[in-house]
Amino acid sequence: MLAATLSTGWFLENAWLIPLVPAIGFLFIIFFGKKMPQNGSEIGIVSIGISLAIAIGATFQWIDRVNSASGGGEHTATGFFGTLRAIFPSATETGEHAASFVEPVVKSWTWWQSGGLEFGLGQHIDGLSIMLLLLVTFISFLVQIYSTEYVSGDRRYTHFFASLTLFSAGMLVMVLAENMLQLILGWEIMGLCSFMLIGHWWEEEANSRAALKAFFTVRVGDVGLLVGTAIIFFGANDWAVEHGSNGFSIRGISAWALSGEASQSVLFWGGVALFIASIGKSGQFPLHTWLPDAMAGPTPVSSLLHSSTMVVAGVFLVARLYPVFFVGFDILDTSVNFITIIGGITIIVAAALAFVQDDIKKVLAYSTVSQLGYMMLGLGVGAWLPAVFHIFTHAFFKCALFLGAGSISHSGSHHSFDMKKDMGGLAKKMPITAATWMVSTAALCGIPFFSGFFSKDEIIDNASHNGYQFFYYLALVGAFMTPAYMTRATYLTFFGKPRGAAAGEHHDDGHDDAHGGAHADHDDHHGDAHDDHGAHDDHGAHHGPHESPWRITAPLIVLSILAIGSGYLNAPAFGTHYFTDWVEPVGVEVALDDGYDYASSEDEHASVVLAAVQAEETDGYSSEAKGCGFADPADGTVCYAPKLSHATFSWSKAMPSIILVFAGILFSAWVCMGIYGDRKNPLVGLTSKFAPARWVHTLLVNKYYLDHLYEKIIVFAFAHPIAKAAYWVNQNILDGIVDSVGRGGRATGEWVYRNVDQRVVDGAVNASGLAASEGGHALQPVQSGKVNQYGALLFGAATVGAIVLILVNI
Amino acid sequence: MYAVNFLILAALLFAIGVFGVIARRNAVMVLMSIELILNSVNLNLIAFAMMNNSPEGHVFALYVIAVAAAEVGVGLAMVLMIYRNRRSIALDELSVMKG
Repeated sequence: MLAATLSTGWFLENAWLIPLVPAIGFLFIIFFGKKMPQNGSEIGIVSIGISLAIAIGATFQWIDRVNSASGGGEHTATGFFGTLRAIFPSATETGEHAASFVEPVVKSWTWWQSGGLEFGLGQHIDGLSIMLLLLVTFISFLVQIYSTEYVSGDRRYTHFFASLTLFSAGMLVMVLAENMLQLILGWEIMGLCSFMLIGHWWEEEANSRAALKAFFTVRVGDVGLLVGTAIIFFGANDWAVEHGSNGFSIRGISAWALSGEASQSVLFWGGVALFIASIGKSGQFPLHTWLPDAMAGPTPVSSLLHSSTMVVAGVFLVARLYPVFFVGFDILDTSVNFITIIGGITIIVAAALAFVQDDIKKVLAYSTVSQLGYMMLGLGVGAWLPAVFHIFTHAFFKCALFLGAGSISHSGSHHSFDMKKDMGGLAKKMPITAATWMVSTAALCGIPFFSGFFSKDEIIDNASHNGYQFFYYLALVGAFMTPAYMTRATYLTFFGKPRGAAAGEHHDDGHDDAHGGAHADHDDHHGDAHDDHGAHDDHGAHHGPHESPWRITAPLIVLSILAIGSGYLNAPAFGTHYFTDWVEPVGVEVALDDGYDYASSEDEHASVVLAAVQAEETDGYSSEAKGCGFADPADGTVCYAPKLSHATFSWSKAMPSIILVFAGILFSAWVCMGIYGDRKNPLVGLTSKFAPARWVHTLLVNKYYLDHLYEKIIVFAFAHPIAKAAYWVNQNILDGIVDSVGRGGRATGEWVYRNVDQRVVDGAVNASGLAASEGGHALQPVQSGKVNQYGALLFGAATVGAIVLILVNI
Repeated sequence: MYAVNFLILAALLFAIGVFGVIARRNAVMVLMSIELILNSVNLNLIAFAMMNNSPEGHVFALYVIAVAAAEVGVGLAMVLMIYRNRRSIALDELSVMKG
């Protein structure tokens, strides 16, 4: 264990290139995209591809680094195969030893300086950021390939790819942020790009309204981010500067939060403010309303937004600054806290809303909100790793589900997303889409052996393990609701009788245009088919439901394979915990050399000291009972992560959720067949017969009236008087000032015109002209033309000159 | 000082020349009067050069002679042209240059 030298590598050291390449790619697309043969999409794909390659390389080297830290440097992995061998050591080997601290690869460059403060840009590469870097680049890559087919022929094709690429770059900047300012930078880039992408088809007013709604709703939370960053900075800066860092550095903040010297109230209010930012960005209750409306954007955008970027940003923020929340909210010491409340409410509220949606993408949107609630709940109950693991697995299956919905609308339902009007019975027509959908749905529902089971069940299990009993039951209710609404969506989409466009019908009744703006030429063609009834059947065969082309199905297949496979990285049921080893920051005390600058991690010496401290600790006394996050670290050491315990998996503990999942599926299938199919059952017509059921239904259809609350009441009550007051101020004060300044200016101008310009300037000019003219007339007789007179004048003048000369000289 | 004699002579010549320029009607006589003025100046230059024992005055006088020759050439040509056009060289009848 002693003197473990951490391995590093080119990819790890240069991980900052990962966001830089797409950012440069964005500029290239903007300036040269339209001239390229593929209208710029190839630049986007190549730049994301390069990032993906670097991210993969960095992932391998990170795993190598983790193994070199825990394996005591016994292997010296050289080259690719050495790395591979190092990645998958036998399970017993990784399980035995106590996990040891893995120094993140931190780099920082000064961005700007102000008032003695240095604001840096850099990278903070640890397991969490490596995982998200890989995830974001991978998903972005697939989504870009998918988009080349999905938005082909769009009038803003080039700009779509530019925004998509910058969007990924923004997320990547945030993920490897070394300090809070860089994190805010990436966060805001994403906010901007989400606005551009959601409002991509802004010709429809609904779309541009949705984009504005998304932007402004998230901005409400963004205020929290700025306030939280400021609170944390002023709390942490003094301590952090003393320890060789600053109050913006993520490492500095983490260490400060766990140092025991941080004020509890500063941590609490900083945590509250930062969590409000997460609520806005990650669509938590009550700011989740923008997320379903964001479905107005093109489907690839929804898919990217809802799987690995944007909405994950809020969860990432909490996971990244976990020590702040851990200490600030007393996680593990209380049976309820702010994060769990919000997460728990979100799970139930969003899942309930998913039952009454007709739009397939909105079902998925509420499902995302609900799953984000799970992640937040996981973080709130101290299940950091399961929550992060749920980000990882959720990204794959939710991306696959969204891309599947896009595939259906692209090839199956004629650009409609309405499950009741235009879908049904698509399983036979679109086998690949249907199969990938089923796999991803199974993963989302948490059916055993699919990835969602391993991550979600861990969250539920840990909620109980860490003493959050109430939220354990809440999560179980969510586990029942998730499969129920997904079964409803699956039934409406893929089973039953084909309806509307899925049955090959054509209709131009407007609502397919909502998402069909990009396909204007397609629709024109379609209109021709309507006029020409003789050729209608041929066109019907062509336009009816069919499987999508490979650029759509290939990403679907890859993602659905990962929807199964990604869970096995951390499947306690099978004794695998690679994900835990690679991603979880180890909560041990780390020695801090005096003057050791942990903004640059090049110092090998520190690693040696660190290992020595660990060795001492494992032999010592306090490591079992207490640890980081529970007791203050010893002098000269700091903690970067709280020491978290994990619930041990057992099938008996997983049983309730498994039973509830299957119960949900069966119950929902039974109800769906009753309502949408031919079977009779007593629940049909419940909403018309039974008043409370009708009230609930109305409440859900109206989304708990939250939109009404925001738009009619809050906006009206606050914004309306403010607007009126602002108008009054504008009319009477600002305009008054402007008007009087204008009038005064005019009067001054007139006076200047009359007196200065007309009299002084023009007077001088005219007078000099007049004088010259009169002088000329007066001297005219001298020019007699007589040579003798000229001679007389000449000599007379010479004589006068001579006399003057003589007089002067005397 | 015997130089005074030269200067008095030069002054007389100058006065005669000026009188000629102002009073004579004949253009050729005016030109000749100008020659008188120039030569009076030459006389002054040489007188002062002898007084100061320096050769610059002589050199200047030679220049003035050369310039005077050219000037007389041009002047006579003009007088000739005026005579051809008007059959007269009386200056008091000439007022074309009146401004």
